Amino acid sequence: MKSATGRPRRILAIASGGGHWQQLMLLRPAFEGHEVLFATTLTGLAAEFDAHPYVTVPDCNRNKKIAILRSAATVTTLILWKKPDIVISTGALPGVIALAIGRLIGARTVWIDSIANAEEMSMSGKLARRFAHLWLSQWEHVAAETGADFAGAVL
Amino acid sequence: MIFATVGTQLPFPRLMNALATLVIDLDEPVIAQTGPDPTRYLALDQRETLAPAEFSTLFQEARIIVAHAGMGTILSARRWHKPLVILPRRHDLGEHRNDHQLATARHVADLPGIHVAWEDAELAPLLRRQDLPSADETPGPGRAALIGRLRDFIAN
Repeated sequence: MKSATGRPRRILAIASGGGHWQQLMLLRPAFEGHEVLFATTLTGLAAEFDAHPYVTVPDCNRNKKIAILRSAATVTTLILWKKPDIVISTGALPGVIALAIGRLIGARTVWIDSIANAEEMSMSGKLARRFAHLWLSQWEHVAAETGADFAGAVL
Repeated sequence: MIFATVGTQLPFPRLMNALATLVIDLDEPVIAQTGPDPTRYLALDQRETLAPAEFSTLFQEARIIVAHAGMGTILSARRWHKPLVILPRRHDLGEHRNDHQLATARHVADLPGIHVAWEDAELAPLLRRQDLPSADETPGPGRAALIGRLRDFIAN
């Protein structure tokens, strides 16, 4: 069903470089007709996929506290500046941060756990649960075990 | 040319040592993106990291890609229609924080053009084949369903 107004939404679509980003790219048809800003962690990657407009944000993982702060500062600034209606991420930790900050400002949030996590939800996915309005696994059995939703997979 | 890639996060010396041994009788150059690996593999044309554009170029020019079982590499092989040989990283050998690459390999082993080497010894016969089938981008039925669900969520 279309929204009552049918207005284009402002979407922030964010993923770390590598497999997370590639999965986000395969889901791009879902964003058609909306105003999308892409964000990733690797310089030159978004341009290589012709994903415009885009911003590059610092990468981080849970073992590097300073990198987490740096990444969080950039993502927070980006979200306060762009005020997205929707925040979508396929991973990893910078995406979790984006969902958390997005939710704080009233955005609706989607987590799509990477298809690489065929046996259990990723660490980032587990963290993202409390910030995601729609919390998806790409594996039916993982969704069933964790209480996530399953809607399909990129492969 | 064979292009080897192991991602940017962790080294994968088991794969690199196997390739360094093999390259002598393969009679074909191997360009290897080795990640943060202090070892110099003299038989390989070694790069620690590659910019996205360089990565794409080497990926497209290679005859075969050989890699860890990373989803990024698998999706790249499908994007560029390349034959891909994967050697999954193993937790018991200290190659990753868990065994998710073995699970990934089991789940992608039946996809066209994705060839799993479960053991090091399976690499050589796969890499010697001149007719190794290529991966392709044909999506399963689940992708349209996932996109549909996201589209509905965005609009409502």
